[in-house]
Amino acid sequence: MRTAFIRELIAQAREHPDIFLVVGDLGYSVVEPFAQEFPDRFLNAGVAEQNMTGVAAGLASEGYHVFTYSIANFPTLRCLEQIRNDICYHGVPVTVVSVGAGLSYGNLGYSHHAVQDLGILRTFGELTIHSPADPGEARESVRWLTRNPGPSYLRLGKAGEPDLYPAQPLGPRPNVVHPGTADVAIAATGSVLKCALEAAAFLRCDGLDPAVLSCPWLQPLGTEFAAVFQAYRRVLTVEEHVASGGLGSLMKELLPRSVAVESLTIPLPVTRMVGSQSFLRREAGLDGPAIAAALKRLAT
Amino acid sequence: MDRMSSVELARQARCHALQMVARARASHVGGALSMADLLGVLYTDILRFRPDDPAWPERDRFLLSKGHSCTSLYATLALRGCFPVAELETYGADGSRLMSHISHKVPGVEFSTGSLGHALPFGLGMALAARRRGLSHRVFVLVSDGELDEGSNWEALLLAPQHRLDNLVVLVDYNKIQSLGSVAEVAELGPLVEKLRAFRWAVRELDGHNHDEIRAALDTLPWERGRPNCLVAHTVKGKGVEFMENRLEWHYRSPDATQLAAALAGLGGAP
Repeated sequence: MRTAFIRELIAQAREHPDIFLVVGDLGYSVVEPFAQEFPDRFLNAGVAEQNMTGVAAGLASEGYHVFTYSIANFPTLRCLEQIRNDICYHGVPVTVVSVGAGLSYGNLGYSHHAVQDLGILRTFGELTIHSPADPGEARESVRWLTRNPGPSYLRLGKAGEPDLYPAQPLGPRPNVVHPGTADVAIAATGSVLKCALEAAAFLRCDGLDPAVLSCPWLQPLGTEFAAVFQAYRRVLTVEEHVASGGLGSLMKELLPRSVAVESLTIPLPVTRMVGSQSFLRREAGLDGPAIAAALKRLAT
Repeated sequence: MDRMSSVELARQARCHALQMVARARASHVGGALSMADLLGVLYTDILRFRPDDPAWPERDRFLLSKGHSCTSLYATLALRGCFPVAELETYGADGSRLMSHISHKVPGVEFSTGSLGHALPFGLGMALAARRRGLSHRVFVLVSDGELDEGSNWEALLLAPQHRLDNLVVLVDYNKIQSLGSVAEVAELGPLVEKLRAFRWAVRELDGHNHDEIRAALDTLPWERGRPNCLVAHTVKGKGVEFMENRLEWHYRSPDATQLAAALAGLGGAP
């Protein structure tokens, strides 16, 4: 996903002379092509995320659309007040990009589990928030963000995620990845969509055909988003995030009570565990079989 | 029309700042008074700006990092014609744009602060933008001594020389008193000049109330090619009002009517 991001950013930077990339001394073997092609629009701010974010806001106030780039919680929680005051309050076009959404860096331990970011950043109503599931969605996100510069947050997975469905332009609505025939749906955000699709495939073998929707656009959302889900009686949400403030939480805020929402999220004990993303998904009950089992319970 | 001298501008700004905090029962007048002379010189003889066109692209950018001391800056901007002086009376009132920490909603103000350690990184970004685009305007950031406790400032102090930003000017209002005690008691900054030089800044040290010294120093920017500039201005908290000078309590207190009258009289009378 990060490769799709940087390739698209480079393509857009060729068209938009105001795009600027600031990194926090991270992005080895990812950001170099941008730095080589646009040395005047690249800055390594060093291992100093508060300063990186303030500098980005200052650059943005002078007319650049700045992308800050780092991993896990470093470009978000470490510099939260700079996002709040410098970027959001001043309304300057900075896109905060974090690589390593959810449990992508599961082996690296708690410091690198980015599982509270959505809940915290969603409280900044000025931020547009994108959480792509695959390289195609990441590309579409960059396309939209570069055409609509503003305070924004792009939550990326890591590397090597497969394309899960044909890309389509992003908007403030879910993308229907599999239409299904049942009156139940699985809604996922981020690369865990892959597990949701696996679950749906298991369930089809059992004669249950739920819809699968991807939710790459998490803020701002309104009636258009809610309207899509009104076609279903029950929705199961799936995300690599704790329960507070994530996708399930926002669905419960936005959808009418006629749509029952149940959520699969990361239980707190799992954030204290260490292991590969697939191992931790299994421990959290976010892998294909667990999602299928949860949906069966929900559908009956 | 003859332009007001820097000394008279600072004097009037002090008077307005005192009246504003008294009217609003607000705090932070000590730090507003300590930086008034720096503002006086900057806004008469140093900064390139157009009061009737705050977004003029070629203007020098001035950022107040110690946003709590905003009264003397609001007054300076009003006296220089950025907005009506009469509006100063609304300071701190319900619905006023003159909020009690500096606000970018006010004409002539670039950046809102209030939380410390924010303006220097932001200003670094502005200076970098000018450098990358080959523009000649400068960026001035006024910080307090107490806020140099903030790590974000040192992150910026480390990075600016790396990019040879000699279009960036930091002014330290070094009044030696912070929120709960003297700087020496809380977290000694000294030797500040040596620290900044070790961080590869061009540093000058002077009396922050001597207009000729300030003007002479800021007239010759940049001091060293390729190095960002830092003016360490030794100041007195509460400067100009005898009973406030060097008194921690005037970080918080608001003068009553008798104290206000005495303070204004000591400054030569309200404008």
